[in-house]
Amino acid sequence: MSTRGSTSGVVANGNGDSAADDGKDAGLASEGAREMFKRLTDRPADLLRFATAGSVDDGKSTLIGRLLYDSKQVFSDQLAHVEEASQRRGQDFLDLSLLTDGLRAEREQGITIDVAYRYFATAQRRFIIADTPGHEQYTRNMVTGASTADLAIVLVDARKGMVAQSKRHAFISALLGIPHVVVCVNKMDLVDFDEAVFAAIVEDFDRFAARLELPDVTFIPISALLGDNVVDRSDAMPWYQGPPLLYHLEHVHIASDRNLIDVRFPVQWVIRPPSTSVADYRAYAGQVAGGVLRPGDEVLVLPSGQHTTIAAIDTLDGPVQEAFPPMSVALRLADDIDVSRGSTIVRPHNQPTVANKLECLVCWMSEQALSPGRRYLVKQTTRTVMLGAADVRYRIDVETLHRDETARTLELNDLGRVHLELSSPLVFDSYRRNRLTGSLIILDEATNETVAAGVILDTEVEEPGGEPKHERSPNVRWQGSRMTRARRWTSLGHGGATLWFTGLPGAGKSTIAAAVEERLIEARQPAFLLDGDNLRHGLNGDLGFDDQARSENVRRTAHVARLLAESGTVALVSLVSPFAADRQAAAALHSADDLEFIEIFVDAPLALCEERDPKGLYARARSGELAGLTGIGSPYEAPSTPDLVLGTCDETVEREVERVLELLAARGLIAG
Amino acid sequence: MPATYHLSHLRTLESEAVHVMREVAAEFERPVLLFSGGKDSIVLLRLAEKAFRPAPFPFAVMHIDTGHNFPEAIEFRDRRLAELGERLIIASVEDSISSGRAVDEIGPRASRNGLQTVTLLDAIAEHGFDAAFGGARRDEERARAKERILSFRDEFGQWEPQRQRPEVWSLYNGRIRRGEHARVFPISNWTELDVWQYIAEEGLEVPSIYFAHDREVFTRDGMLYAVSPFVELIDGERAFSASVRYRTVGDMSCTGAVESRAATLEEVVAEIAATELTERGQTRADDRVTEAAMEDRKRQGYF
Repeated sequence: MSTRGSTSGVVANGNGDSAADDGKDAGLASEGAREMFKRLTDRPADLLRFATAGSVDDGKSTLIGRLLYDSKQVFSDQLAHVEEASQRRGQDFLDLSLLTDGLRAEREQGITIDVAYRYFATAQRRFIIADTPGHEQYTRNMVTGASTADLAIVLVDARKGMVAQSKRHAFISALLGIPHVVVCVNKMDLVDFDEAVFAAIVEDFDRFAARLELPDVTFIPISALLGDNVVDRSDAMPWYQGPPLLYHLEHVHIASDRNLIDVRFPVQWVIRPPSTSVADYRAYAGQVAGGVLRPGDEVLVLPSGQHTTIAAIDTLDGPVQEAFPPMSVALRLADDIDVSRGSTIVRPHNQPTVANKLECLVCWMSEQALSPGRRYLVKQTTRTVMLGAADVRYRIDVETLHRDETARTLELNDLGRVHLELSSPLVFDSYRRNRLTGSLIILDEATNETVAAGVILDTEVEEPGGEPKHERSPNVRWQGSRMTRARRWTSLGHGGATLWFTGLPGAGKSTIAAAVEERLIEARQPAFLLDGDNLRHGLNGDLGFDDQARSENVRRTAHVARLLAESGTVALVSLVSPFAADRQAAAALHSADDLEFIEIFVDAPLALCEERDPKGLYARARSGELAGLTGIGSPYEAPSTPDLVLGTCDETVEREVERVLELLAARGLIAG
Repeated sequence: MPATYHLSHLRTLESEAVHVMREVAAEFERPVLLFSGGKDSIVLLRLAEKAFRPAPFPFAVMHIDTGHNFPEAIEFRDRRLAELGERLIIASVEDSISSGRAVDEIGPRASRNGLQTVTLLDAIAEHGFDAAFGGARRDEERARAKERILSFRDEFGQWEPQRQRPEVWSLYNGRIRRGEHARVFPISNWTELDVWQYIAEEGLEVPSIYFAHDREVFTRDGMLYAVSPFVELIDGERAFSASVRYRTVGDMSCTGAVESRAATLEEVVAEIAATELTERGQTRADDRVTEAAMEDRKRQGYF
């Protein structure tokens, strides 16, 4: 809300010299006050946190000063202070950078030494600026300032172009998973507002950023000193068609940057009043880190693994019907089970990883290098555990993105990949999936300092050549889409999953799967049937029916299903898939990506299948014409723990379809 | 899934503050909440209710009493704590002076504002507190703009701006040695307007001096001060009656009033939204002493 801005139409006190002047604006007419109050409280303003990064002379402080000044957010006493200080320094212009330079040491040395926070508001949004210095030696401060940012502004001096610092800032923005990056090419006035200069920097940045995961990058040519394209559109650069910086900040879409899919509730604190005041009250307090929780939801407590149901979601203002990020609430559970600080509450069919080994990228923030001789602790969500071993895999040169695999340690401001082994398990997701459950800090037990910040990697995707045994192209990097799953699914209004129908030929898998597909599509949930026979006409047309080929058939189908699920479609796989190990691999492929994989065993008796024999396969097998048919000449390994068993011939197909849909509803995949 | 699960900026700030309070309650052994009777610490009390009810607060509430407080603030303090049923500790600057730990300033411009630091640090040591919640906000002042939410203090209570611990995501490092403590500022990211809007939304009571009232005042250095037994008028200063209200509630000797007719919460919010002067610049003499006044006091262990 532009409280001091011209857009709000509020007439501010024109004379700020003294409160004692005459107070003519004090006590606005009650009517006006009520109207203004209403305007302030009625509009659901949202909050945008952004970080600014630039090298020493890129004009970052001036840009922030300009943003505050031109959006009329500078108080008159602050401005008087800046005028006075500018004069004292013999400057003949208003040095807006003085609005942000804070501490004595900084003023004396003319530098910025730490993250400073600024606040301003316009009619559209409230803003929190984390003003972070661009010195190489202060990488840790950019990490500090930008870790929670929705958006990062990277300043580039038009005269210098992309320098080492710009690359560092871009890299850290990608490392921290900042959803939106704005590259401000500053000091355009010093290059005659030349479009070619701007275009060359855009090209340089794009070339570097192509190797990073930056989902949304915007370029704006500005002059912070003169104000071009900061708040107001520049007349000097008619070739630039985009919006000025402030407009972009006000309108960039951030609502879908949160993860509303994967339920994650790290328990901070147990609320248990003495029984004398409230009888038998016990609630688990925390801030929702992902997903939407509702009373009645079946939940799982990790790492203990106990199941229960949410009885109520409490706040001081009474119970609520749903809790979502970033709400702080207290959950009451239906059963009296062991839950304490450090537990994480999730949904049973969308689980994070629970492990005491993990891979992460860390930024080392201490003057004392990572040393095997020191004792460290790791804090992640609300859990703190001992660090057993930290194995440096490589150090990254952020300017060339070269990986130095000979590195054995990390020093102050180094970034590198580290394998951590912990004294007890953590409950985590990859950082790209969830910034809260995928981040950690490392503490030095002796000095109590925070020595490193780390983001947890998704090893399935980010470690090619590691896990999948069929990987023959280890140097191919996973190309990040501009869409996160949360954004995609939220925008589409539905998510995806894989239903895996397994069973003997003729058991009725395709009949049920096709009927389910029809029902889902009618309910506007995209669904797609992947029928084993159909796939063998194309994608898997090169495969025979020996054991290895069958495994490969399953593997390829699982990958296709995973992509469909990720895209927001329910993939219905109808495939004999006779071997338990292959189905487990398919399930693991999904769970590594936190995708639902539902195994449905269509368990019709062999005699019945043979009697139906819709494709004449059994007849041909019995006659010896077809060798190795599952059930006749080749084994079928029945699932030991399927999610659902169908096909036992005491139910109609319609009823079986209902049971599949009920299961999907119970797991929150479709509306019940 | 509906496309918008929207939390307003105020509720986002509230949730963040509640998270901080619960983290500190869980990770420290003996926290304390510093309460002045002012609007910011009134919000802190409300946030503590949000974080811990229906249980009692897992910490005591402490007031550093300069002895020069507005009587309205003291009356409000006692009533509010009684309503909440929480324990109040009063640490008195008067006691620090009589025990010789602190020396009262003399002269017409004397203030006990600086002396509070001695009393505060002594009380923290005496009670063995290892974390103290305060209502400071980053928008108040340039040194505060650079302070962490969880701000480490050495065994002398000092703040060392160049040696602050990195504060990333919402992962707070609560590890300290015996004798050290942390200051915790759950509403670091709130602005003055946020505080007032929150007070209005929550329907919180504040001391009457925040609303326009008639008071005997005098003008000094361009600010209005209340006539009280704690302040001497000097040459040329004369008392007059005016309709004023306070933007901050501190020691009577250094807290200025603003002329105002804002008599309701709505009017106060509207007035704050339209003001052109910062809260501390307009009403706090303690920040006007030198360019780095707050930075220097914080380094010594001030709030």
